[in-house]
Amino acid sequence: MKICVCLKQVPKKDSILRIAQDQKWIDERDISYEMSEADAYALEEALRQKEAHGGEVIVISMGPERTRQSIKEALAKGADRAIHLDDPIFEQATDAAGIGRAIAAALKDEGCDLIMTGLQSDDHGFGQVGLIIAERLGMSSATIVMEVQIETGSVRVKRELESGWFQWVRVPTPAVLTIQSGINQLRYATLKGIMSAKKKELREVKAADLNLTADDLKPLQSIERAYVPEKSKQTEFIEGKPAEIAARLVEKLRFDARVF
Amino acid sequence: MLLSGFDFLGLDRFLSDEEKLVRETVRRFVKNEVSPIIEHCYEQGQFPTELVSKLGKLEILGANLPEKYGCAGMNSLSYGLIMQELEAGDSGIRSFASVQGALCMYPIFAFGSEEQRVKYLPSMATGKTIGCFGLTEPNQGSDPGEMLTRAKKVSDGWVINGSKSWITNGAIADIAIVWARVEGDDVRGFIIEKGTPGFTATETKHKLSLRASITSELFFQDCRISDENILPNAKGLKGPLMCLTQARYGIAWGVIGAAMSCLEVALNYARERVQFGRAIAAFQLTQEKLVSAFVEITKAQLLNHQLAKLKDEGYLKPVQVSMAKLNNVAIALNCARVCRSILGANGIMGEYGIMRHMCNLESVYTYEGTHEIHTLILGNYLTGFDAFR
Repeated sequence: MKICVCLKQVPKKDSILRIAQDQKWIDERDISYEMSEADAYALEEALRQKEAHGGEVIVISMGPERTRQSIKEALAKGADRAIHLDDPIFEQATDAAGIGRAIAAALKDEGCDLIMTGLQSDDHGFGQVGLIIAERLGMSSATIVMEVQIETGSVRVKRELESGWFQWVRVPTPAVLTIQSGINQLRYATLKGIMSAKKKELREVKAADLNLTADDLKPLQSIERAYVPEKSKQTEFIEGKPAEIAARLVEKLRFDARVF
Repeated sequence: MLLSGFDFLGLDRFLSDEEKLVRETVRRFVKNEVSPIIEHCYEQGQFPTELVSKLGKLEILGANLPEKYGCAGMNSLSYGLIMQELEAGDSGIRSFASVQGALCMYPIFAFGSEEQRVKYLPSMATGKTIGCFGLTEPNQGSDPGEMLTRAKKVSDGWVINGSKSWITNGAIADIAIVWARVEGDDVRGFIIEKGTPGFTATETKHKLSLRASITSELFFQDCRISDENILPNAKGLKGPLMCLTQARYGIAWGVIGAAMSCLEVALNYARERVQFGRAIAAFQLTQEKLVSAFVEITKAQLLNHQLAKLKDEGYLKPVQVSMAKLNNVAIALNCARVCRSILGANGIMGEYGIMRHMCNLESVYTYEGTHEIHTLILGNYLTGFDAFR
């Protein structure tokens, strides 16, 4: 079983975020980064499947040099090798289409049985990259996966639906699964694992290696403005005697809120 | 502001990916496994024994010793970062790791026979075998040369008599590294296993500091051990003192973790706590307190990073470790006190953790060479006059 895990490095959850001056994204100075949470669960699931069924776990990530920190963490936890898409041209790929296209191109010849990603990243939260990769590589796919059972020629997965409902589906392999956070318990990298990660293959891939140009990765979607949510609602205090307050509240609920 | 935010001088730039990963891993471990339980453990006066195997699984125990003996073979900087992160959780947890690694595994590695290394180190690295270190006695603290514990050579081994006090991990230890004076000769080190007739350990209760750590007294009454249990390559006080240099190096790093933890809490609190219509962080007196802690922590970090370099390159002198232990514990204790005052009455509450750190640091100020003795070591270095006696 060859499993590839797509990792994204995102600002740490407890970072203090400031909007950049051009109001297109956050100010990335003085920010620490970490592996996106759902991707960490995808990695854990891949490692567990490898431990149960044998095979290989490859991690792939796209981003600047700092991304290596998260890649090395994955290698330290037990991934066998890594692919790092590191090229200024890849910085063009700021939407799901571009990211999906680049990753699909890098994985085209890998012959993976499964590709796992987090169901969405903690920063952009597109939730589409996994599906775009599946589409471009002609693989089947399942989203919001809570449990994975490997079968011969297929994989049986439990998907999370709305309102506490779940669905079991059988998906033919090769397949892309987008993994929900919390489906397993994350392991810690061991210290020896961290040291041995240095010796594992970390292949750097440039856009030219994939025959991709800046034009190919031009975003189809862009951020118009990033801003801190603005307060647009005001609390109204009703004053007066209890009977008057009650009558006014009923009026508000009936005519403004229209709850009855 | 996060702990990582206290990297004012950009020391992170000089860390390798692996060193950063070690720190992040231990930080995450502390956040997930230590922080949620530590307040309760402290209140109850319990050491969280369930963490021992987890620390072992993470390969934190004896992390700077060679892989050949089941250890992680980390460099001194990584080892220091581990201690910093553990003590950001609690000094008791760091103390456990310090004693296990620097005071028990290290002497077996440095002074033990190959058989002793192979027998004990892999199992101690996993936490399966817990160690304690017996040097201090009820009446001999700063002056261990006057120890009363005696080892007498007999035909098939040794007989130990005496007692040791203030022994971290004592009551849960599977082995004790015990230092005893051979009659008419040098101080020697012995490995004494739990259950050896004549060896007992009792827990020291009613502590108001390091409550999430086990402290014990060890008693030896005609305790017979075989020749295999002596550490063959340690003669004289140099042996235990070399162990203490290792442990003090870890302390110098650890206490800065506690200080950073206190400053982080105080800073967040000061930004949110409103008095007289604005955050108390906006008042000059509060800023002075925060800045003094911030400046001292930053200076201590520089000291630690330089010590790590010297240690890895083999140039570290014990007197330099004395300066780091002396300075860093003192400033960490002061940071904790100042941060406690920023929180006002809330500062004494367990949920903020500052008072716990502060009480812990009172012990750290005294153990592993008191602040006063380290002052005299530096005084001796500076003036050439030995003021101990």
